[in-house]
Amino acid sequence: MEKFKVLIVDDEEDFLETIVKRLQARSIEVIGAESGYKALELINDGNFDVVILDVKMPGLDGIETLREIKKKKPLVEVIMLTGHASVESGIQGMQLGAFDYVMKPVALDELLEKMRQAYERKLIQEGKA
Amino acid sequence: MEAKQYRKLWWDIILATLSFAVVPLLILGGVIYHQFSVSYTAKIKENMKTLVENRCSSIDLFFDERISQLISLANTHSVEQLKNEDYLHRVFNIIQTRSKSFLDIGVIDQDGNHLAYVGPYYSILKAVNYKNEDWFYAVMSTGVYVSDVFMGFRKIPHFIIAVLVREKNQSWILRATIDSDIIDHMVQAAWIGKKGDAFIINRKNVLQTGPRLSGEVLGQPKSPDFSATTGTQVEDLSFGEENYLFAASLIKAKKWVMVIREDPTEQLTPLLRARFMAALIGLGGVLLITLGAVFTTRSMMQELMQMERKKAVSDEIAMQESKMAALGKMAAGIAHEINNPLAVIAEKAGWIKDLLKMEDIPKSKNFQEFADAVGKIESHTNRAKTVTHRLLGFARRMEPISERVSINSVLDESIDFLENEARYRNIDIQVDYSPDLPLLLSDPAQLQQVFLNIINNAIDAIGKNGEIIIRTQYRAKNQEISIEIADNGPGIAKEMINKIFDPFFTTKEVGKGTGLGLSISYGIIEKLGGRILVASEEGKGSTFTIYLPVK
Repeated sequence: MEKFKVLIVDDEEDFLETIVKRLQARSIEVIGAESGYKALELINDGNFDVVILDVKMPGLDGIETLREIKKKKPLVEVIMLTGHASVESGIQGMQLGAFDYVMKPVALDELLEKMRQAYERKLIQEGKA
Repeated sequence: MEAKQYRKLWWDIILATLSFAVVPLLILGGVIYHQFSVSYTAKIKENMKTLVENRCSSIDLFFDERISQLISLANTHSVEQLKNEDYLHRVFNIIQTRSKSFLDIGVIDQDGNHLAYVGPYYSILKAVNYKNEDWFYAVMSTGVYVSDVFMGFRKIPHFIIAVLVREKNQSWILRATIDSDIIDHMVQAAWIGKKGDAFIINRKNVLQTGPRLSGEVLGQPKSPDFSATTGTQVEDLSFGEENYLFAASLIKAKKWVMVIREDPTEQLTPLLRARFMAALIGLGGVLLITLGAVFTTRSMMQELMQMERKKAVSDEIAMQESKMAALGKMAAGIAHEINNPLAVIAEKAGWIKDLLKMEDIPKSKNFQEFADAVGKIESHTNRAKTVTHRLLGFARRMEPISERVSINSVLDESIDFLENEARYRNIDIQVDYSPDLPLLLSDPAQLQQVFLNIINNAIDAIGKNGEIIIRTQYRAKNQEISIEIADNGPGIAKEMINKIFDPFFTTKEVGKGTGLGLSISYGIIEKLGGRILVASEEGKGSTFTIYLPVK
């Protein structure tokens, strides 16, 4: 049982639904959001530790959403998820405070490992604060 | 540009240069020659005028002297004295000692009978009566008479001078014969050069002296008719087939006309020489200008062609780059679009795998089949993933960048691409890398393009069964890395080796090579600050060596 709470944001509903189910099957507290707007709504109430954020989304895209999340909850760690290997969007995300970026498709175990690292960093940051 | 267009441009430049240079030259030459010719001809004519006038006044003087001699002789003696032939003989001798031109002398009464005669034709002439002769009438009426030249009894050209003396109620005539040889000599002094001529004609255009070339004495002269000349005239006339300069002047004492003829080709020799020199210099100038124009134009055209070729290469590189950039964008787009469904597939497969572990599915008869199928889906999703990720990597490399590059790994990647082709042709690619190459700040994609091009050429050159050795080295002294790509193919012919980097040069069959590969490679390496060299021996193989600076 992992102790952290995860928000997954992706417009690809099949992907979202499945990954939520799989993480839940691993007893992780996880909620899916199918758009940037939805993600921003949820982040207000929920006490999330880690956000998995797709870069390319209609409406509010990943970079915009990241910026808003960091405004609202600076300590929340964000892992960018991209179908694009563009170094620029990765670097841009990192500059805006994302923890890391991974390329789709990603093995779940790999993603879990990143989430754990992100959560650890969050704990350290909170300790400092 | 095509060869035909180059040719046309070449002609245009040559013709323009020539017309701007040669036309003024010719005009200048022509004007100078014309001026020279005009003043020179004027000078010649002036000379002739002076000459003919000189001669005429000399002859006039001669006539005057002879006439005066006779008049003074006649008037200082009476007819009675001169009738005495002994006395006349003495007088004649005195005259002859001073002037040999008197041939004989006679005293004639008013009826035309010889009263006395001294001269060589005494027996013939003494008895002649002149009463009916033309000259006798003339002298009786005018007092002084000079005859035209005639042959007379003597059969040599001569003329007579006669003066009338009136003494009381009778008249008598003193007549002397003058050898026209004297006048001939005076005229001959005006024979100039080899073809110049001079002669005297009377008012009936009959020759009074023997010309050199223009006829016989007492005949018609072979020249235009100047018998009506008064004063002096100089003219440029053609007679027969040839052109002559004529000068004619009146001899006042006898109303004869002296004519001088000169051959312009002789007189104008300096002018003709000047014309020849002018033509020679002009021709030389034209030749020099033409040569200059041809040479400058040729070097200009070569420069132009070289520039065009360079431009073709850089255009080709730019096109290649933009093509690659477009290809990169497309590859990135495709990879992205495939990655999303791939992610869904992977997640679904993962979910099935998760589910298979749960509940009582493991007890199902086909559990193993399910597990295998899901495993296969996962592994093939992974396979697809590596493809799309490689595509994205390729796309990223298409953008011109500068990053730290390991030459050895770029070479390895290039060899990967061509390994299948090489194996199929039984060509062994061996590598001999220096392990301690420093990283280069360069563009790996462009380097790869060059390596691919050269290795590919090596494979094409070998054809079948051979060996390619790729060697890298760090030259610390020059701060550069060398990459040597050697093949044991047929090598490059000596006369071709200088051309292999030229654009559009190819030894491959028509349609197989663009002839741009090596020139683009050359351009790329040059742009990256390096250089590329080739060494080749026919029959043994070729070695391309690329030097890249370590910055």
